Amino acid sequence: MATSLSTLLRDRDWLLADGATGTILFNMGLQSGDAPELWNETEPDKVRALYRGSVEAGSDLFLTNTFGGNAARLKLHDAGHRAGELSRMGAEIAREIADAAGRPVVVAGSMGPTGEIMAPMGPLTHEAAVEIFHQQAEGLKAGGADVLWVETISAPEELKAAGEAARLADMPWCVTMSFDTAGRTMMGTTSADLSRLVVRLPHPPLAYGANCGVGAADLIRTVMGFTGSLPVIAKGNAGIPKYHDGHIHYDGTPELMARYATLARDAGATIIGGCCGTTPEHLRAMRAALESTPRGPIPDLADVTEALGGFSSDSDGTDGRGPTRERRSRRRARE
Amino acid sequence: MSDEEDDIVLSELNDDELVQQMFDDLYDGLKEEIEEGVTILLERGWEPYDILTKALVGGMTIVGHDFRDGILFVPEVLLAANAMKGGMAILKPLLAETGAPRVGKMVIGTVKGDIHDIGKNLVSMMMEGAGFEVVDLGINNAVESYLEAIEREDADILGMSALLTTTMPYMKVVIDAMVEKGIRDNYTVLVGGAPLNEEFGRAIGADAYCRDAAVAVETAKQFMARKHNQLAAG
Repeated sequence: MATSLSTLLRDRDWLLADGATGTILFNMGLQSGDAPELWNETEPDKVRALYRGSVEAGSDLFLTNTFGGNAARLKLHDAGHRAGELSRMGAEIAREIADAAGRPVVVAGSMGPTGEIMAPMGPLTHEAAVEIFHQQAEGLKAGGADVLWVETISAPEELKAAGEAARLADMPWCVTMSFDTAGRTMMGTTSADLSRLVVRLPHPPLAYGANCGVGAADLIRTVMGFTGSLPVIAKGNAGIPKYHDGHIHYDGTPELMARYATLARDAGATIIGGCCGTTPEHLRAMRAALESTPRGPIPDLADVTEALGGFSSDSDGTDGRGPTRERRSRRRARE
Repeated sequence: MSDEEDDIVLSELNDDELVQQMFDDLYDGLKEEIEEGVTILLERGWEPYDILTKALVGGMTIVGHDFRDGILFVPEVLLAANAMKGGMAILKPLLAETGAPRVGKMVIGTVKGDIHDIGKNLVSMMMEGAGFEVVDLGINNAVESYLEAIEREDADILGMSALLTTTMPYMKVVIDAMVEKGIRDNYTVLVGGAPLNEEFGRAIGADAYCRDAAVAVETAKQFMARKHNQLAAG
């Protein structure tokens, strides 16, 4: 039974998304270096437990275990030819869990980046990228995903290729970029750039926003930089990873993520969740905070740093205060 | 403004102006112009090593600083590195012939379990841009692969990269193995990757954590300078 994200977006003024996938699968025994998507076939009960964790914590929407389920990533595990199939399996298990929830829960088919640099800087052409994403999109659609969820993107070119794949698959989609470099993506895209980009696409997403990146504070600043009227997604990491006794843990507490969730909503986000390090315990605290806290005014940057800590850079490139370089007289742009 | 007014003829510039223009052309990623500039300086009798350090490395240092400071981002750096590569292709055989001093040699790779290599590739390019020799071991390297390569290549620096919080701890496994073999102090160990930080670098016994490719280059230069001073003193 399909759940429509656009209906939920119409009827509710905020939605809780899910948290981490990788963090939780590693806690279940996934070995570093192994492809999580293979578990959709070999360890379906663990994937069920992952999904159920989010649904039971109150998520209205959760992502499938298919982040690296495209041919470009899976080929590194000699499974490039299985991209469509492994993506379908991930979505099928998700559909089963969502349908058993007893309330509307959206299955969002996760599509992560190819990991390659696009032409002309790198080897991946637009056509090849569209084909890679389209293949995964068809698998997710066949498995029962309600919406495609393109995430952790850095390059506008790659975002466009994924959007075209969604159009070819005739599926609604959402997209989030990772703003991890001086408040921009690795490729230099600002939050305002992304707002301008998504509305110009031939098949615009239902919602767009930011995921992963640096810390919760940076993510809220990014949300505040978005403009326009499309619903905004905030999926930030639970703090910052710390190394302790041979293991990594994220320092963001459930209390911090609860504060982050309400700040994200005040800052303008509609779909709010976590990313790396965000467990069901964090999600429960976020849900409780979103339900019990009245909406506040749009925060200013000082409110954000006071609640969540400092930013990773002074400017995020949207305020005209970013660093620049004085140039001497330059050559004319080449014809 | 007519086209003529803005047209720059590299061969008409004096040496200082030409080097300045090459800095600009590197910044703008203009490969053909860089190749032309290198050729002109060679014709004027410049030593290949001077062209490398004064014109190319000098220009890439500006690119590196602006990358570090959030003025330039990955696409611009890739273009600049590509232009640099054009100049290096001309200089490389000449540098070998003239017995130019070696800036330093780095062995680099992502650690076992980690297949994310964009960051590592950037560091490789920026290190080459700074005149270092780089031996790239690619992705998913086990301890043995690193140890064998640093010995075989007589490397100065070992660079390890990890993007996943689950693969970061493997860096310590490699450093511990170096300590056990008694070779740890023969090399400078630099680590990097999105989820790392200085605290982590210290905790695992690396010489330094490098926040990005530009910092990696600066740090590598500092350690090489220290090494040269020690050799000179010893």
